[in-house]
Amino acid sequence: MDPISELENKTIYILREAHNRFKNTALLWSIGKDSTVMLWIARKAFFGQIPFPVIHIDTSYKFKEIYAFRDRYAREWGLDLLVSKNEAALRAGMSPQKEKFACCHALKTEALKSTIHERDLKALFLAIRRDEHGIRAKERYFSPRTLDFQWNYKDQPAELWNLYQSEIGKGEHSRVHPMLHWTELDIWRYVEREKIPIVDLYLAKNGRRYRSIGCASCCSPVDSRADTIRKIVKELETTRVAERSGRAQDKENAYTMQKLRSLGYM
Amino acid sequence: MSRPLLKVALVGHVDHGKSTLLGRLLLDTHSLPDGKMKEIKSISKDLGKEAELAYLTDQFREERENNMTIDTTQVFLKTQKAHYVIIDSPGHVEFIKNMLTGATQADAAILIVDVLEGLQEQTRRHAFLIDMLGIKKLIVVFNKMDLVKYEKAAFVEKKAALMKFFRDLNVQPLNVIPVSAKESVNISKKSPQTRWYRGPTLLEALEALAPVVNSSRACLRFPVQDVYEIQGQKILVGQVLSGQVSAGQRVMLLPSMQSAAIRSIEAFGKSPKKAAAGESIGLVLKGSVPVSRGEVIVENKCSLAPTTCFSGNVFWISDLPLKVGAPVTLRCATQELRGRVTGIRNRMNSSTLEVLEANACQLKVNETGAVSFVTEKPAIVEGSGPLNGLGRFVIEQDLRVQGAGIIS
Repeated sequence: MDPISELENKTIYILREAHNRFKNTALLWSIGKDSTVMLWIARKAFFGQIPFPVIHIDTSYKFKEIYAFRDRYAREWGLDLLVSKNEAALRAGMSPQKEKFACCHALKTEALKSTIHERDLKALFLAIRRDEHGIRAKERYFSPRTLDFQWNYKDQPAELWNLYQSEIGKGEHSRVHPMLHWTELDIWRYVEREKIPIVDLYLAKNGRRYRSIGCASCCSPVDSRADTIRKIVKELETTRVAERSGRAQDKENAYTMQKLRSLGYM
Repeated sequence: MSRPLLKVALVGHVDHGKSTLLGRLLLDTHSLPDGKMKEIKSISKDLGKEAELAYLTDQFREERENNMTIDTTQVFLKTQKAHYVIIDSPGHVEFIKNMLTGATQADAAILIVDVLEGLQEQTRRHAFLIDMLGIKKLIVVFNKMDLVKYEKAAFVEKKAALMKFFRDLNVQPLNVIPVSAKESVNISKKSPQTRWYRGPTLLEALEALAPVVNSSRACLRFPVQDVYEIQGQKILVGQVLSGQVSAGQRVMLLPSMQSAAIRSIEAFGKSPKKAAAGESIGLVLKGSVPVSRGEVIVENKCSLAPTTCFSGNVFWISDLPLKVGAPVTLRCATQELRGRVTGIRNRMNSSTLEVLEANACQLKVNETGAVSFVTEKPAIVEGSGPLNGLGRFVIEQDLRVQGAGIIS
């Protein structure tokens, strides 16, 4: 089997395993490339009928292209789309102009928290990858979170072979990471192979493109001439620029990501 | 072109230099993004320390402040010839479960030994576990050669002690390499410092490892993961463990031993004629056969027999001992088996390999032994080694994985 199919088959196994073991699950779709690929594979795993809601955590500061893409494919793919917003924080004026850590925490983590509680979700699919960030490289495929959302990273459960930990305590939930073993390059090769639609912010315009997308105010483009998926693959085969170099949250401090994640950030 | 990936666990005793070696490999293969070393230097400075290669993978604040790896990490490494995932492991005895988490994903291993300290408790235990997990491709590196001024005698002496231990374990390393991760000696290039050494560098040894190939000649094993009802059709989903399955084939369901036939193989939007090991697919059977998760589909004339009594070599990771008579939940492929421990033989220290008791009533943390079980429902297991999904299992107690086992 070719290496990309191997990654895909493992992801399908994990999606099906978590759906079986946790029953009440949901998939987090940021509309970025990784979660769009995860969604694509989930459609395969469940034969086109994804049996759980797809959640978009909407900070209201996303790129307009993201909203257009979301609405189009939610319709085309027949998704049970759930848009989750921290309305109270937005009314109180929370924005990226304030402190970025506080903004990420309120508009993403807190919004997610309330959706998990409202829906009594037992597991959440997230498309994080090990090669994105050193902290994410330490994650398990099935990673329990406590009632108050804490990630007990100092005492993670053993995860042996493909026998995943799915027992959780009352009020806890599990973060399931079906894309953990993919690299950025794998993602693009797969997008190319499968012809997966992707937000066009990733494609170069006027010599610049986004390698990682989120809120418009906190992402900056990188210099690039890659205006097709093929060219993105070529570019990544030789680049030495870090993928998240344009993401503000990674830059503030060496441990911002650890702190955000230990509080329940994705 | 994407290349096959080889997964390599980096194991060994605490402070023998695993994370530093990994940092060195990343640096020497140019696998780091621009600015990464600058960031590491500034973090090291903030901590009032010398620039530490280990900080490239020791990402938790607690890991950096205490210069100790807590949890396993996987990083990607590219050389001219191959692509690797290197799995770093913590060397402390408290974090054996994290080391196992990493090592159970590996196809090969690098065992690192400090040439000054030689074999230590976790060197031996990690070597024992690598062997138990069926990882045959093992490279040994003696690190910190700079501290013995690259003298051959120190290397030869420590190597002899290691080889004696390996004979007891019946392990045969592919290479034993003198290195200095700190000074980049024999990692990516040879050095005049060790002219007496004629073997490969670590990167050459890694590049000589062939990727693992799944054999499609093995017998069919398809553990049912779930059953979906889609457009009135019952689809049994799962990943083919070994062998292959084709449309029209006669098969047998275990443990019920019912015979059945494959009507079709299903993937989203297509119906392939066959599927091989590693493929996550769906099967539709002819007629209406009751099937549920945990059952295993095998070839029609398969001799694999369901059993409620079996034993396995167990490594115990929990601080609370495993006791004879205790209730346990075993997980093997997609089977969930409730049962009891009926006996523990040859309780052994997994580091010294000393047999502590021939017949024991309990197995303590980091000990290993032959444990027998009786299960409520019949189990489908086979003593065909740790590389087979039906040949290995985990033991859960109090909702957590507390031990690992290989069917004997």
